[in-house]
Amino acid sequence: MPQRYQPLSDIAARTTPSRPHRVRPPPRPAGPRPSGGRIGLLTVLVLVVDSSTPAVTAALVEVSAEGVALRAGRCTVDARAHGELLAPQVDAVLAEAGARPADLAAIVAGLGPGPFTGLRVGLVTAAAMGQVLDIPTYGVCSLDAIGYPAAAGEPVLAASDARRRELYWAVYDGAGERIAGPNVDLPAEAAVRARDLGVTVAVGDGAHRYADTLGLPVRVEPRYPDPYALARLAAGRIRSGAPSEQLTPLYLRRPDAVAATGHKSVLP
Amino acid sequence: MADQPLILGIETSCDETGVGIVRGHTLLADALASSVEQHARFGGVVPEVASRAHLEAIVPTMDRALKEAGVTLADIDAIAVTAGPGLAGALLVGVAAAKGYAVAAEKPVYGVNHLAAHVAVDTLEHGPLPEPAVALLVSGGHSSLLMVDDLANGVTPLGATIDDAAGEAFDKVARLLGLPFPGGPYIDREARSGDAAAIAFPRGLTAPKDLATHRYDFSFSGLKTAVARWVEARQRSGEPVPVADVAASFQEAVCDVLVRKAIDACRSNGVETLVIGGGVAANSRLRVMAEDRAARHGIRVRVPRPKLCTDNGAMVAALGSHLVASGVAPSRLDLPADSAMPLTQVSV
Ligand SMILES: [Zn+2]
Repeated sequence: MPQRYQPLSDIAARTTPSRPHRVRPPPRPAGPRPSGGRIGLLTVLVLVVDSSTPAVTAALVEVSAEGVALRAGRCTVDARAHGELLAPQVDAVLAEAGARPADLAAIVAGLGPGPFTGLRVGLVTAAAMGQVLDIPTYGVCSLDAIGYPAAAGEPVLAASDARRRELYWAVYDGAGERIAGPNVDLPAEAAVRARDLGVTVAVGDGAHRYADTLGLPVRVEPRYPDPYALARLAAGRIRSGAPSEQLTPLYLRRPDAVAATGHKSVLP
Repeated sequence: MADQPLILGIETSCDETGVGIVRGHTLLADALASSVEQHARFGGVVPEVASRAHLEAIVPTMDRALKEAGVTLADIDAIAVTAGPGLAGALLVGVAAAKGYAVAAEKPVYGVNHLAAHVAVDTLEHGPLPEPAVALLVSGGHSSLLMVDDLANGVTPLGATIDDAAGEAFDKVARLLGLPFPGGPYIDREARSGDAAAIAFPRGLTAPKDLATHRYDFSFSGLKTAVARWVEARQRSGEPVPVADVAASFQEAVCDVLVRKAIDACRSNGVETLVIGGGVAANSRLRVMAEDRAARHGIRVRVPRPKLCTDNGAMVAALGSHLVASGVAPSRLDLPADSAMPLTQVSV
């Protein structure tokens, strides 16, 4: 049985430490909205979605000059129901935060890599909502939302299940910067590349699944792309009012070129 | 007219990304993006290629439809989307998009049946559909005969193909004759200069013993094989293949069976209206033959213009409009895409 609409309790309490020197002078208590699309000192509400793994995720975050804070989140692990789950979860996080869609200032979406059919659900949802609301959409590599929060001073391999006995993987340095990937390979091949890069630990659902082949200790969290990390990785673009991006999936594989036959003949 | 609801329709069940906008029975916009050229070299629609193309096309196609209709998403009263049947991955892009539009614009969403939408689209051309009606839906993906008692609530399948779809047979025979994909329009063109009586190709499931069990069903696989054998025999004997005659004789066999069974369905059920839809309805011979034979039995044939016969967003909007007018409740936000959605289900 898939779990439905479990709050992201493990990340609900987290907020970014304040970094006063990175952005803007201290806030003025009131005044006009800064020009040029910059949010400057305002706090804006951002929707985050990711459907690149069996975890279907929707979250609402607040992005301000000081940091990123999670307002509401829903994550359901069910590899076969991305299309059913995501929109109700978006609805639910909006309701939980007492917000309406028109309150959103931007949308962040995980671009994968991930199994194609499910991956597209998140991206088309984000693109459609962005079009209605006329707000920018920003893409983030979904593996970054596993590897970046997992990095703690040593190189880490982030991996998700690519099916067909392969992994989507990338390697991050001790500071969480991606230094290899994203790629799709057999687990044994990914393990060789990771060892060459001095990786000592692995993270992500794919790492759990192929732990034996990878021969690396596996960090428990995050197992799936972390919405809070997705928001943080796009926060610079959100704050500066960067232009909206087309949400192109990181497919990494060419389509199987086998024509369908009689696909619509569904009657007995 | 302005007080009738404004309905948007999204179609992505196969290789066409369609967005249509209607008010009542009035068509305001019908924007389409097709990935057909990307499939041509495979001789059929490649599901993953189609799904990728839908994702790229949906936002620009929506933009074009809204501009064409001169409305915004805020003006729309409800969003209808093809929930099935069709290619699973392709359907999912449209359904997820429709939900995204619906959530953001705070509008209801209707997941609808693609085949019922092929019937409903005729209302944009000829006004409200008399019920009951018989519908013949023929395309590259489907070949069905339906009884339409109540388009808003349920359609009864009478019969369907037991092997290839009619349009698929056109594609395969076209390939055999060295004609491009999709084959329908090319066969139609070649057939105009050919002799439809030149070769006696078989009429599947029309023998008395077949009619006992498959009165309203179709079979085009035997016909396709017969054409292949005939062409091969010609090539082996070193004689040239009379492409126009083969095309005309093949087309005649397909249309004969389709029309024969459709008229039989009308007559035996006392129905006076026959609606024809799907890409094959654009075939010129099918239209003429259906009208000729129907007229003899006092049956009125309704065929929308070719652009509305092939897959498009307007047909989905037309069905959505009919559902809203009939007071049917919208779908839940967790509505699934159902690649095998049954005909008895007009909306989810
Ligand atoms: Zn169709």
